[in-house]
Amino acid sequence: MKPIYLDHAAATPLDPRVLSVMQPYFTEMAGNPGSFHTPGLRAKEAVTAARQTIAGILNVREDEIIFTSGGTESDNLALTGTVRAHAKAGKHVITSSVEHPAVLEVLQFLAKRGEVDLTIVPVDEYGTVNPSDVAKALRADTVLVSIMYANNEIGTIQPIADIGRAILKWRKEQSSVYPYFHTDACQATGVLDLDVEKLHVDLLTLNASKIYGPKGIGALYVRRALKIEALIRGGGQEKNLRSGTENVPGIVGLAEALRLVQLEKEVENARLTRLRDRLAEGLLTIPKTRLNGHPTDRLPNSVNVSFLDIEGEAAVLYLDAEGIYVSTGSACASLSLDPSHVILATGLSYEGAHGSMRFTLGHSTTMEDVERVISVMPGIVEKLRVMSPVNLDMKYFEHKNTL
Amino acid sequence: MNAPITAPTTEARQGDVVAPKNDKGWFYSDAVKEHFFRPKNFMKDEDEAAYGDAAMGMVGSPACGDAMKIWIKVDPATERILNLKWKTFGCGSAIASTSMMSVMATENDGMTLTEARQMKPQHIMERLGGLPARKVHCSVLGDKALRAAINDWYRKANQPEKIEVEVGRIIDKVLKITDHDIEEAVLDGADTLEKVQAKTKVGTGDPSCIPEVEQLIRFYKEKFFGAE
Repeated sequence: MKPIYLDHAAATPLDPRVLSVMQPYFTEMAGNPGSFHTPGLRAKEAVTAARQTIAGILNVREDEIIFTSGGTESDNLALTGTVRAHAKAGKHVITSSVEHPAVLEVLQFLAKRGEVDLTIVPVDEYGTVNPSDVAKALRADTVLVSIMYANNEIGTIQPIADIGRAILKWRKEQSSVYPYFHTDACQATGVLDLDVEKLHVDLLTLNASKIYGPKGIGALYVRRALKIEALIRGGGQEKNLRSGTENVPGIVGLAEALRLVQLEKEVENARLTRLRDRLAEGLLTIPKTRLNGHPTDRLPNSVNVSFLDIEGEAAVLYLDAEGIYVSTGSACASLSLDPSHVILATGLSYEGAHGSMRFTLGHSTTMEDVERVISVMPGIVEKLRVMSPVNLDMKYFEHKNTL
Repeated sequence: MNAPITAPTTEARQGDVVAPKNDKGWFYSDAVKEHFFRPKNFMKDEDEAAYGDAAMGMVGSPACGDAMKIWIKVDPATERILNLKWKTFGCGSAIASTSMMSVMATENDGMTLTEARQMKPQHIMERLGGLPARKVHCSVLGDKALRAAINDWYRKANQPEKIEVEVGRIIDKVLKITDHDIEEAVLDGADTLEKVQAKTKVGTGDPSCIPEVEQLIRFYKEKFFGAE
């Protein structure tokens, strides 16, 4: 039976077209872009071309793109780099309760060290940040706001442009350049518009490994007027903001992957949306099941559901045995042994969070795959429910913190 | 049989499962898989009526991610467990642990209730060929539920004097320090043997219990604070 990989929010396979443009830079064109000879020059040209491609898609200048080792490093650089470079202006930072650990953990670390005074704004039952909550949290000493573009677990898309406008308004009223606005766009890179002028962001995190590009390469857009402090020092590459020999094949791969997903996104998004909606519809016919995240303002490839009375990890393992690969927000699957902070932040009970599962579709997903999942899932849920001593009331799906 | 596991079994190594130290291993052993995919002795809905009068024990809650319910039928003459049925809400290793425990309690004509009370999580893990380090906490509820069911049996059999209230298992025989005391100390932030000793003096009366104390500290740290 064909394996059905439905964990594209975790990692995507490399697009063969991306691999083919990367390949020469592993072998015959393996020069160091910092070298002053012909092979070095060829490598430098490749990096420059990649930078131009990415800058074009983001509607920015090429010197505003910094290559990093991935989304996590880009987030670390954006947050720590901004906070440290602007410590004199203040140390208040605003973020949301549903951010990826690459943002939340960094800010909490900085808060513990006294470098940041952190405000975490809540989300509503769909995991959406209310722009007015961000606006209300703004203070004279706020230097940075960081809100993700789309959520990795529940797929909810945040109103980034609205938050950006609220920040612009505040700056105008205060006659201040602060706060700067960062968004982690890792999950949105392949499917949403990345024009930073429309989004009103000053920093934007990109990652290749969720868009059929290679792992180990990412980028950070930094608006030219914004000074940030480097985390990695050395040979002065990337405008001295990220030292280290450029990952030339990775950079070439990131640019090509981004070009392709952005070029093809309209057709692919429409296709994925149909599959997503059919999958959600099919799974929700199982009794005592709910959809997590926003019903419509969500990524076209993401379905997150909770099944009452069962534990997500057990269901993941049964699906694995069927050759279907998904992930879970259950405690047992996390290093912390806590259930998903994102699903809890939407106000769902612990009971509901333990039984949550994420299905993220991608290029390889077909309607046949979706139908197979829909046909297999009820039996798995039933098998686990038969073994479960728990028979909870639907009230465990009610929200405690509905706004 | 009573010695705590200090090293992964060969079978466990082959399954890329355990290691007592720093292990973030994830994949389960063949024995775990067998009991997870083909669980033994779980209570089917149609059998539940036949166990209406049976002794029952339940621990955990769905909020904390694990819940187990156990029913036992016991021969009053020999006090051996004739049948054990269970239901478990939990992850793969929780289900496999309960299933394995049900086999251990009922194989070879069944354990006596006295023997069954001695069953420890380590015994279950050993038979499962080990569990990934961060999954160890999953295996502790089954034996607790079993002890609760045994108490319930004595209650129903009108032998209240044989009910053992869980005040904790004594670890340091001299100072009468129990696993609950160590659990409390770890919850209180003591994460090394030295710090736990500073709070409880465990092991100063009975140094032979120190290896077990160290294991308990690791276990509770993981249970409450996650793997290192």
